[in-house]
Amino acid sequence: MNIESMYQEIILDHYKNPHGRGLRDPYDAESFQVNPTCGDEVTLRVAVEQDRIGDVSYEGQGCSISQASTSVLTDLVTGRSVDEALTTMDAFVEMVQGRGKVEPDEDVLEDGVAFAGVAKYPARVKCALLGWMAFKDAVSRVEGAAR
Amino acid sequence: MTTTVAPLDVETIRKDFPILSRTVHGDRPLVYLDNAATSQKPRQVLDAIVRYYETSNANVHRGVHSLAEEATALYEGARDKVAAFVNAPSRDEVVFTKNSSEAMNLVARVLGEAGPGYRVGAGDEIVITEMEHHSNIVPWHQLAERTGATLKWFRITDEGRLDLSDLDSVITERTKIVSMVHVSNLLGTINPVERVIARAREVGALVLLDASQSVPHMPVDVAALGADFVAFTGHKMLGPTGIGVLWGRLPLLQELPPFLGGGEMIAAVTMERSTYAEPPHKFEAGTPPIAEAVGLGAAVDYLTAVGMPAIAAHEHGLTEYVLEALSSVEGVRIVGPPTAQDRVAEVSFTFGDIHPHDVGQLLDAQGVAVRVGHHCARPAVLRYGIPATTRASFYLYNTRAEVDALVAGLAQVRKVFG
Repeated sequence: MNIESMYQEIILDHYKNPHGRGLRDPYDAESFQVNPTCGDEVTLRVAVEQDRIGDVSYEGQGCSISQASTSVLTDLVTGRSVDEALTTMDAFVEMVQGRGKVEPDEDVLEDGVAFAGVAKYPARVKCALLGWMAFKDAVSRVEGAAR
Repeated sequence: MTTTVAPLDVETIRKDFPILSRTVHGDRPLVYLDNAATSQKPRQVLDAIVRYYETSNANVHRGVHSLAEEATALYEGARDKVAAFVNAPSRDEVVFTKNSSEAMNLVARVLGEAGPGYRVGAGDEIVITEMEHHSNIVPWHQLAERTGATLKWFRITDEGRLDLSDLDSVITERTKIVSMVHVSNLLGTINPVERVIARAREVGALVLLDASQSVPHMPVDVAALGADFVAFTGHKMLGPTGIGVLWGRLPLLQELPPFLGGGEMIAAVTMERSTYAEPPHKFEAGTPPIAEAVGLGAAVDYLTAVGMPAIAAHEHGLTEYVLEALSSVEGVRIVGPPTAQDRVAEVSFTFGDIHPHDVGQLLDAQGVAVRVGHHCARPAVLRYGIPATTRASFYLYNTRAEVDALVAGLAQVRKVFG
């Protein structure tokens, strides 16, 4: 397959001009995730207001895939209900873990569909999921605290 | 190089390596520059393994039938070949392990359980360096945790050399073991191990050398080096995975306790107790990697036939060429010594602010295989204030044209990231 299908313009745009980057207050939970095989890392904060995702802020270092996917994440989940955000996350995870066999729904994943090509590069799937794992962890901490 | 050796006939050598003629991503010729991770295998090694399984396969040291005799002769013959290859004074000093990591774990483990003379205990000191592979760090962390010993280390300089300015204060009367890398897998540095060994001798400390990146690439004479243990691995020297070597001085191997227990490593077993075999079998519990040893023996034959001085000279020329080529690429920063002196053909670098994973992926798209990441030497990578590097590492079958392919590949990477 053509490498350009992984390094799409959308990904490079998010990498060079990330959305929502920088750690901000207030927040309800924070998660730090690291990929031990490559050292990519992200620290992500989530604020939840009445069951809706408020601000999502993050800092990180790593490859274009890990950083751009976290930038896309902020666009996809901010302002959504927690349930909607988690459904979107599941769709993203399903796509990048689908070994190229999952047809992504652009209505759900928007810019996220640019990461469909990553699915064919198993070594990079973890990169694409790094920020999402931080998001999942942070949300579960918020929900855990609420219970 | 002070000795004159005939240049390698690289085109002929390449024909011995079937994998080098394959393509990747469609019709891209493979440019394999990840030899520090593992080397490719010549037909001679592959044939030896297949021939062993097709004609002589049996377990070793425990049968009287023809196949068992043949398998044993092949396995022990491989030990003879390895012993000769590194100039071991005795074949019994060559212990087959799974890899270098296991060889070094073996030493770290048995030193914690040794008799009073060699035992590492509370108050004793273990010395390593900041440029070690994790396989020569973690076992010592574990030993220190088990015993209460203290871990110390030599630092590295901005240029990627070992900083031995504090040699006498790092290695002291308390030092029991110094374990260090002969050639760095991250930086390519050839370390002045003789200085460290001389200091260790003064204080009566043992020395273990991680020779994983030296034995495949240059003549190594364990008798002349003067260390107590030398570890290396088969798959980085044209052999198969699954077999490594621990060379150790015979009196030490005789005195130290065994590592793993099981078949083959015993003298006699009753329900009450076991007594142990002599080295090297004392350290080779269970059915060994027989076919792998046969393959390693064939690899040693291959390297010997080509000639280690000629291989070292060829790679020295590649080192000079790649250092010059990369330093002319805008944005490349070499992590490691900037000249080819006391350096092997493994070059780590950063490329502007483009992450090594992206560099590696885009090089791969052009057929150029490199390693990216921290190369299992995370402390050294962090020492240079970076999270990762891209590393191109060469071997006897690599050419200057492949260096040029790497440089052309980097231009493409630059294009994508602008």
